[in-house]
Amino acid sequence: MVTNRNTGSALRLALIAVTALSLAACASKPKPSYPTTQPAAPQRPVEAPRPQAPISRPEPVSQAPLPGSERDFVVNIGDRVYFDYDKYSVRTDAGPLLDAQASWLKRFPAVQVRIEGNCDERGTQEYNLALGARRANAIREYLVAHGVEAGRITTVSFGKEKPIDSGSGESADQHNRNARTAIVSGARMQ
Amino acid sequence: MTTFSKRTALAALAALPAAAMFSGAARADIEVNVNRGDVQPLPIALPAFGGGPVGADLAGVIGADLQRSGLFRPLDPASFIDRDLNAAVQPNYPAWQKINAQALLYGQASSVDGRLQVDFRLSDVFAEKELLGQRFASSPENWRRVAHKISDAVYQRLTGEKGYFDTRVVFVAESGARGSKTKRLAIMDQDGANPSYIPAGEGVIMTPRFSSTSQEITYMELRPEGSKIYLLNLETNRRESLGDFKGMVFAPRFSPDGGKVAFSVERGGNSDIFVMDLKNRATTRLTTDPAIDTSPSYSPDGGRIVFNSDRSGSPQLYIMGADGSNPKRITFAAGRYTAPVWSPTGEFIAFTKQTGGDFHIGIMKPDGTDERILTSSYLDEGPAWAPNGRVLLFTRQGAGGGSKLWSVDVTGRILQPMPYPGAGSDPAWSPLLN
Repeated sequence: MVTNRNTGSALRLALIAVTALSLAACASKPKPSYPTTQPAAPQRPVEAPRPQAPISRPEPVSQAPLPGSERDFVVNIGDRVYFDYDKYSVRTDAGPLLDAQASWLKRFPAVQVRIEGNCDERGTQEYNLALGARRANAIREYLVAHGVEAGRITTVSFGKEKPIDSGSGESADQHNRNARTAIVSGARMQ
Repeated sequence: MTTFSKRTALAALAALPAAAMFSGAARADIEVNVNRGDVQPLPIALPAFGGGPVGADLAGVIGADLQRSGLFRPLDPASFIDRDLNAAVQPNYPAWQKINAQALLYGQASSVDGRLQVDFRLSDVFAEKELLGQRFASSPENWRRVAHKISDAVYQRLTGEKGYFDTRVVFVAESGARGSKTKRLAIMDQDGANPSYIPAGEGVIMTPRFSSTSQEITYMELRPEGSKIYLLNLETNRRESLGDFKGMVFAPRFSPDGGKVAFSVERGGNSDIFVMDLKNRATTRLTTDPAIDTSPSYSPDGGRIVFNSDRSGSPQLYIMGADGSNPKRITFAAGRYTAPVWSPTGEFIAFTKQTGGDFHIGIMKPDGTDERILTSSYLDEGPAWAPNGRVLLFTRQGAGGGSKLWSVDVTGRILQPMPYPGAGSDPAWSPLLN
């Protein structure tokens, strides 16, 4: 097959343009006013500064998330919201993040997601599977109520099988009571 | 861990009453009560059986079985005075009385036409009376099962209850760090011997349960795309799915006749209990409450189901007819009750109870009375009954630690880790092997 060199270079140009645009967008984008990480986590002690390396190496060039990519969703929107003990109602502090998820999903309509419900270890396996399913469904209903097509969202419960915090105690338990919006397909490649 | 290998010659074991031996004895003078929590374990002498190394191995396995039951105390062989025991002649009872052995178990292993034959006798030392004399024969590689059969015979003769030693335990073997654990289906003898993996699927394997009538289990596999419930025949290794459901499926458990599986189906966040008839694959819905309904477990007569529901606002135990009729709450004390399991004798319902920061394994009568808390720790859960309804296995997990398999008897007195060195969860006990 013969490739059209002109088309090839045009594409390359277009890609550069998109990258430049998204970099600009990121630079000017204000920080979200709502927490995109877990709420109410106690502060970890600040690490002591490490001694400077004798020879400074050039800083790696970090690529900003491409809008519509999975990384864009995780970094700029946030993929997890948190729940109270044995509860599945959407907390008020989760609202802004879920609103942003809904807006993002409406902006990138090819994206399909799976909501994964998770529980802490202060419950038994089967009950927690049921509780995680409730949490996943609560998030699904929220997103649907905010304009995301129901057919784009599936749910699953991991019960207490996939803790993100392997510690024990209320801090770890709080982290592990969550629902993650996982992108299954349709996101742009980074 | 060893890799899975199909067990051989399960059916090749035969129990024959030895013709010349005393049989049909009235109940012994010595008696072991499995219901009392304050009993002293019965001192029993178990000299190495005759017949070479296998004779000593047999006595070792039997002694370990009886000791782990908590009802027997095998005596130190160094204290034995009578060194000339012979299955053909009466033991020197005064020599056994002198070391305060209440019971004496002795026997002889021999090889007959390439098969292992074991004769044994159980005596009441102070009554100077033989209580039991039997012969077992099997293929030589099955010698551990012969030992467990003898343990069962001794247990039954002295307690009046059926034993649970010639059984296996299916469980989930765990490896890896929390959060990224690998959970594989595994099986071992009830004393921890012969552990092996069972191919069961690439996902997270959870909640294996035995049929009470056959060497068949049901379990769930959890994957990111959803969950499935499987039936697996341990003799043929044949595995089949219960089918595809819209929503999650979990918490499978056989009916007592093995003909049905009750389980939870989740739709739109709501979990309800369904039952599938395995003959025609017809599925019937048993609960319709918008609350969580899960962990169904049948009564031994198949007529009722105990289950877990939070319809009152917190997880509690309920009993309904096997057709879903007349659900009735049975737990009212403070605490959160989950994971109920009806005992094979029908006498008790075991459960997991959460109070304050602790988890407990407990039992109660099926009407919810006479609650007895047997254990307490950071996280105890998932009781599973021995086939005689006297011992429970469960999972114990320390704060931030791995899961281990533990057992406790119905009195709560005999609490101990299973003799399995690895991390494990979700134990389930087989019925007595044939």
